[in-house]
Amino acid sequence: MVSATILLLIPLLPALGALINGVRAAANPVTHKNRTITNAVALGSTGLSALLAAWTVITYVGGGMSSAYQHAYYTWIPAGLGHVGANGIASFAVDFAFRIDTLSCTMLLIVTWIGFLIHVYATGYMAHEEGYTRFFTYLNLFMFMMLLLVLGANYMVMFVGWEGVGLCSYLLIGFYYDKNFAADAGKKAFVANRIGDFGFVLGIFLIFNTFGTADYGKVFALASANPAAYAGIATTICVLLFVGACGKSAQIPLYVWLPDAMAGPTPVSALIHAATMVTAGVYMVVRSNVLFRLSPDAMLVVAVVGAVTAIFAATIGIAQNDIKKVLAYSTVSQLGFMFLAAGVGAFTAAIFHVMTHAFFKACLFLGAGSVIHGCGGEQDMRKMGGLRKYMPKTRMTMLIACIAIAGFPPLAGFFSKDEILATTFEHHGFLYFLGMVAATCTAFYMFRLYFMTFSGDYRAAHVEGHPESEPEHAGHDVIPSHPHLDDGDIHSDKAHGHHVEAHDPHESPWSMTGVLWVLAILAVIGGFVGIPEMFGGAHPTIFQRWLSPVLLPLGGERFEFPEASRMQEALLILSSVAVATLGWFIAFVLYKKDSAFARATRLRLRFAFLHRLLENKYYVDEFYNFVFVGGTLAFSRALSWFDAHIIDGIVNGVRHLTVILFGHGSSLFDKYVVDGAVNGVGYSARGGSRLFRKMQSGFVQNYALVMAGGIVLVAAVYLFTKP
Amino acid sequence: MSPELLVFAIIGTVAVAASILVISMRNPVHSALFLLLTFLCVAVLFVMKGAEFVGAVQVLVYAGGIMVLFLFVVMLINVHHLPDEKVLSNFWKGGFAVGLAVFILFVTLVRPGVYHDPASSDKPLRSTYTYRHRKVKNADGTVTRKLIRRGKVVGNSEAVGMALYTDYLVPFEVASLFLLVAMIGAIVIGKRELSAIEEENIPAYMLERSETEHEVKEAMSA
Amino acid sequence: MPEAIPSTAAYLMLSGTLFAIGLVGVIIRRNMITVLMAVELMMNAVNINLVAFSHRFASLEGQVFTIFIITVAAGEAAVGLAIIIQLYRLKSTINVDEARSMNG
Repeated sequence: MVSATILLLIPLLPALGALINGVRAAANPVTHKNRTITNAVALGSTGLSALLAAWTVITYVGGGMSSAYQHAYYTWIPAGLGHVGANGIASFAVDFAFRIDTLSCTMLLIVTWIGFLIHVYATGYMAHEEGYTRFFTYLNLFMFMMLLLVLGANYMVMFVGWEGVGLCSYLLIGFYYDKNFAADAGKKAFVANRIGDFGFVLGIFLIFNTFGTADYGKVFALASANPAAYAGIATTICVLLFVGACGKSAQIPLYVWLPDAMAGPTPVSALIHAATMVTAGVYMVVRSNVLFRLSPDAMLVVAVVGAVTAIFAATIGIAQNDIKKVLAYSTVSQLGFMFLAAGVGAFTAAIFHVMTHAFFKACLFLGAGSVIHGCGGEQDMRKMGGLRKYMPKTRMTMLIACIAIAGFPPLAGFFSKDEILATTFEHHGFLYFLGMVAATCTAFYMFRLYFMTFSGDYRAAHVEGHPESEPEHAGHDVIPSHPHLDDGDIHSDKAHGHHVEAHDPHESPWSMTGVLWVLAILAVIGGFVGIPEMFGGAHPTIFQRWLSPVLLPLGGERFEFPEASRMQEALLILSSVAVATLGWFIAFVLYKKDSAFARATRLRLRFAFLHRLLENKYYVDEFYNFVFVGGTLAFSRALSWFDAHIIDGIVNGVRHLTVILFGHGSSLFDKYVVDGAVNGVGYSARGGSRLFRKMQSGFVQNYALVMAGGIVLVAAVYLFTKP
Repeated sequence: MSPELLVFAIIGTVAVAASILVISMRNPVHSALFLLLTFLCVAVLFVMKGAEFVGAVQVLVYAGGIMVLFLFVVMLINVHHLPDEKVLSNFWKGGFAVGLAVFILFVTLVRPGVYHDPASSDKPLRSTYTYRHRKVKNADGTVTRKLIRRGKVVGNSEAVGMALYTDYLVPFEVASLFLLVAMIGAIVIGKRELSAIEEENIPAYMLERSETEHEVKEAMSA
Repeated sequence: MPEAIPSTAAYLMLSGTLFAIGLVGVIIRRNMITVLMAVELMMNAVNINLVAFSHRFASLEGQVFTIFIITVAAGEAAVGLAIIIQLYRLKSTINVDEARSMNG
């Protein structure tokens, strides 16, 4: 049986490692040459976590896999205990709970083991870095967050991990925080992620509102039992969730952060932007497959966006000269494939592709890191070439990975891509066509990369005379990408103490090449779990059967894996192999046979406009910069104008009015009214007293006269008016 | 025409004429003498009205005391040397008007026949009888106290004396006290000051007199 | 046939006449002593009035009042003349108009 304690330890160990290394890094920003403790903590925690994950999966499988294992550790948000949701489900409360089912097992194994391998690689790659401990702190923190994401039993815990990996992505992309473009790239990644997260959060709110809970088990059980009731709201929920997935998994229109994220160190690109973080969106969509299946419209949106992204990114990739950029656009394109798979209903194919993609893309990125490391920091493929002589192990592993990603059987990429394309062919012909074109481009640019890097002669001694030289500078990005970016090997360069030109490329140490071999082997054998019936598997395949508990029946209707006739399947396989071969052949013709790339240059000059468009990524960044950034700035300028002129004008106007009204007015009032009254009182007193003073004449006879007159008057009045 | 009426007419006319002269004579001595005449006429009128004691007191006090006092003061002040430029004050117009008004008031108020004079004047004043309180038995047997006239006719003096010392004792004593106070006051006020005369208060016409200068010197040396 | 005697009204009119004359004298004379004399004149007029009423009502009260008035007049005349003497010593004049330092 699965042990809850061990389950909790799986994410907690990397968290602990991050904490320890973090405290050490904060105390000592410049890491000593002796990095034993850092290595021990980081590798130890991750390795132990991987072992515990494997143990958990074994115990789960051994326990029968009858149902998902879920354990709530404590009540995280007890806010709505007692509140009865829309379906009579009491309690809004959110538990901090982990869920082990076949899907999370798959993701768990991928995350922990690939993560461990990349940790090992990084010990070699980052060996000459100053912020070594800080790097491993962030890496461990990322592992913790990613594990929360995949292990979470409800959308809220997943969201915690979701946000956490976004944070770690920002920290790691901007690892070289003293470089402006690295910091900008980190910010761009975080902002793009947040835009997606906005939609994601709204989706979670709607789920709460509709189902009264965010727990996977309860939500999917409700939706599965009564599909008709939720079909209407499901479209909105799914589209919102997919917006989040677009942000995290770099689909159109929020993919722009991924190419710029190559400013981070290469292990980061491998781990986060190839194998694990960017696949979180796919994981989320597959986890919510019940909801998506309720809404064919949402699924269509997912499929279309995925397919368009796949071909869009692939076309950009064929014109890039930075080795990491090619791989970045390749990642975007492959993610598009995964979403295409999810959108047409091939959820298992999507996760299968996640797994195989993790193997070969990580291998490719780490290999590229090895190449860059060996070339002393050079990333421009035009300055590479002929590295097969200097870096044989890297070359072999990268070749294997290129064959895998191109989709040649019997390597892993073939099986996963074939399953995707087969399912797509069943449902949407046009999307299938787009997928095929993207597959062609994939094969082309991958082999272009291979040939430019490893074939021919080493070109770093001179720069090729391209008329539009320095194309990377021509792009007017907000975040310019630097071809000569030393993504971490400045110190290694200085350590070797010589310039790029005079440096012979050398093979990387065993800590790096060993990992490359492991990944390459996985890329070879990894596809066999999904081997289709034609080749000796079963229908459904092992992998499909493995994941089927996640694909709940909808209103009593079980999920059926599409089955095609042998003939159709064979034709599809042949066509996908054919397009892969076509791509390889074009790359061969342009870049291998013609070592001076004369034909490639001619082709480029003939289609100069198109090439420039592709090289500058369809000017999407410029467009965003102009519209969104410029728009925001213009809006803020307008508001500032409004504030300065109108608000301040009103305030100043009120001030003037007050001064006039109360200042002058009151002074006038004081002068004429108040003083007038006071003076008036004085004047009247004086006048009155002057009047009365006359009575006091001092003459006694005057008094006597007045007295007598008064008496006469009184007497007369009294005597003559008596009735 | 009874003798009373004739006497009244003559005495009245003399009194009025004398009083008019009192207030119109320039010389204060003349005014004093005419005032004396007025007093004597008034005394006669008192006697005519049966108030002999009052008449006697009038002559004694007024004519014999007050007038003498007035004359002393007039002489003391050397009045006849003072050149009064004007006799009348500034308020003579108002004065005449008020006087006229008062006169008219009296004339309109005092109407003959209002006072119901008794037909005969032979009835002696009740006061000229002495009275005793006697207990008298009434017809129905009750006993009341009554003032019984004793039948003896006394003179006005005795009657007034009886009244003064019995019914009006307190005012009598107060009057005596008043006289004491007045005497003291007169002495105190009229005392000759030994301080200097304020020269600046002396009006111009006085300074032309040689006697004033002499008096000032006397006063200063005293 | 009853003989005509001066009625009380006649005496009263005489008294009123004397009083009016005295009042006029108080107001119009500039000599202080003459003013005092006019005041005495007024008091005598009042005395006539009182005695006339005393006779009419056969009562002694009027006469008693008259005696008191005479008494008071004597005292008042004495004090008034003392004041006049003192005022003469101060101002060397007995002009009423000169005694107005308390004007205002």
